[in-house]
Amino acid sequence: MNYFPDEVIEHVFDFVTSHKDRNAISLVCKSWYKIERYSRQKVFIGNCYAINPERLLRRFPCLKSLTLKGKPHFADFNLVPHEWGGFVLPWIEALARSRVGLEELRLKRMVVTDESLELLSRSFVNFKSLVLVSCEGFTTDGLASIAANCRHLRDLDLQENEIDDHRGQWLSCFPDTCTTLVTLNFACLEGETNLVALERLVARSPNLKSLKLNRAVPLDALARLMVCAPQIVDLGVGSYENDPDSESYLKLKAAIKKCTLLRSLSGFLEAAPHCLSAFHPICHNLTSLNLSYAAEIHGSHLIKLIQHCKKLQRLWILDSIGDKGLEVVASTCKELQELRVFPSDLLGGGNTAVTEEGLVAISAGCPKLHSILYFCQQMTNAALVTVAKNCPNFIRFRLCILEPNKPDHVTSQPLDEGFGAIVKACKSLRRLSLSGLLTDQVFLYIGMYANQLEMLSIAFAGDTDKGMLYVLNGCKKMKKLEIRDSPFGDTALLADVSKYETMRSLWMSSCEVTLSGCKRLAQKAPWLNVEIINENDNNRMEENGHEGRQKVDKLYLYRTVVGTRMDAPPFVWIL
Amino acid sequence: MEVINGLNLKDTELRLGLPGAQEEQQQQQVSCVRSNNKRKNNDSKEESAPPPPAKTQIVGWPPVRSNRKNNNKNVSYVKVSMDGAPYLRKIDLKMYKNYPELLKALENMFKFTVGEYSERQGYKGSGFVPTYEDKDGDWMLVGDVPWDMFSSSCQKLRIMKGSEVPPAL
Repeated sequence: MNYFPDEVIEHVFDFVTSHKDRNAISLVCKSWYKIERYSRQKVFIGNCYAINPERLLRRFPCLKSLTLKGKPHFADFNLVPHEWGGFVLPWIEALARSRVGLEELRLKRMVVTDESLELLSRSFVNFKSLVLVSCEGFTTDGLASIAANCRHLRDLDLQENEIDDHRGQWLSCFPDTCTTLVTLNFACLEGETNLVALERLVARSPNLKSLKLNRAVPLDALARLMVCAPQIVDLGVGSYENDPDSESYLKLKAAIKKCTLLRSLSGFLEAAPHCLSAFHPICHNLTSLNLSYAAEIHGSHLIKLIQHCKKLQRLWILDSIGDKGLEVVASTCKELQELRVFPSDLLGGGNTAVTEEGLVAISAGCPKLHSILYFCQQMTNAALVTVAKNCPNFIRFRLCILEPNKPDHVTSQPLDEGFGAIVKACKSLRRLSLSGLLTDQVFLYIGMYANQLEMLSIAFAGDTDKGMLYVLNGCKKMKKLEIRDSPFGDTALLADVSKYETMRSLWMSSCEVTLSGCKRLAQKAPWLNVEIINENDNNRMEENGHEGRQKVDKLYLYRTVVGTRMDAPPFVWIL
Repeated sequence: MEVINGLNLKDTELRLGLPGAQEEQQQQQVSCVRSNNKRKNNDSKEESAPPPPAKTQIVGWPPVRSNRKNNNKNVSYVKVSMDGAPYLRKIDLKMYKNYPELLKALENMFKFTVGEYSERQGYKGSGFVPTYEDKDGDWMLVGDVPWDMFSSSCQKLRIMKGSEVPPAL
């Protein structure tokens, strides 16, 4: 029952780009479903095992851009074995067979092989954009195929992947006719880079906006590159060691001054801090600064740099900045929206680099702050209550106190009240990570107040199944729940099986769930894949007479419309 | 055994005694910390603080990606040779904040004393002279440049013995 012809409706739909909105539109009526599916160009699949490529293509035959996510989030911290799954090859094969006009592929935590990259590069004439985040399984040979065969390549964006660097000539595989690059990010490559090929490529890419180099690109090469690319908006510096008086440094200084469009700076993978002053002239334009890999930059050099960055919206930093440094950020960066403070001393030197004071200072000084990831040594309820009062607009709040189970260091109390204040005040909170000493009480608060919460990460927290139940019953919008080392068991797991149909996935490791509990769940919910990851002793669970009561080490369950996956390795049991 | 970046840190740890001597404290690898750990008795305060327990390594904690862990530049090992010593040692330059600390550690390691440093005359008094190889491959006297500059450019250390030291130094 459309008042307008389909073409008009389709045109209106063109303005709706978010996949959540498009999903909603498609539910209105059959006619809209049909119009929407033929006009959908960008498809987002949050779990590659929830659907299969055939069904994807049947529904969206005109897709141009596909985003796929594979392994669960805890794979980032080595909790998921490499061979678990998330293979992209079947997807690329299916897309290639269907002759869909793929232009963009964005993958996160997937296993990508050189074979898949080669197939990708040959199968889609208009392929423009490849973004790989936290992927693994491929080498620079795969990159060479992309470079050589994708004639209209616009973006090659490799973020934090594990790439086997064959130190080859992949950069020289870009043909001389390739002049369309807008994004080139190879910061995560460990090996040598053909600097001549790189310079020639940058020189013939007038549209290049984002360039992120790896550590093999030294300062003198950087200087030459900047001269070729004054239009750069987003720069990742590789190696940055040199003598401030050297000729390359002076050349770089002059080139940087001309980069008036530069807004985002990152890298400094090996850095000589006293050379940072070359960037001071453009700091007042920076909206994004990522120094989280720059272990050498701290103290006065860092502070001086930050003091120039008055327009900063996003800052990623190491905790060596200290509380005092964060106070400088708080008084300088009034536009700050996102802050990430990473731990620098992971060998346990015991430096109390940042504490609750830094967090409070930031919350007081930066009214626009909505996303924070904060690794620290200690926290107090009082500080969290203050932070909640100062910043009721948090969308993402991730706090990681490095020592598990650590209480409020002043009162020795659990941090329930502090986190409770956060969820109560921050009505738009979508993502929360907890740490420190926590009882079931914090989960009561979360269930009660965190109405918009979509992702919750729990580690070493809670007392009984009640904790998990508060969350499952209370958080109506929960999508991803990941729990480790917490005393939640079968009772919580089985209380409301239908809840998992509303969620993307649940991860539980080193908890109290048993094999029989998981089996019961799998029985009750055939539309769920219930996976047990059992690396250590493949057959121990079957043979043991008490098999039902054995605790499951790692449980990963997710809703799916395509049933059990066929590519699981032997140590993954799908119940 | 703590292995980071393929380096067995215990082997290269700075301590008295020959390398390979027995370890008293083993580091345990545990896959989780069960909840019974948390219920610490709050009101038992110890008069003399006990030595901190051996750090247990928890898999996947803290939740930081491995490439961030690898990038941590808190280790900066250089080889140290001493003329006449049968084998070389390795030290982590990042463990020291200034020259006196480094020299003291070297003195302990090789059982010698370094002379007194002066800009004009180098090290006088003991016959041992600490030198280092910088990024350009040149052998320099330890102590001439500011500590930060030294620690970031030092590739190797060599303690030269008096008889080999040219008279000009």
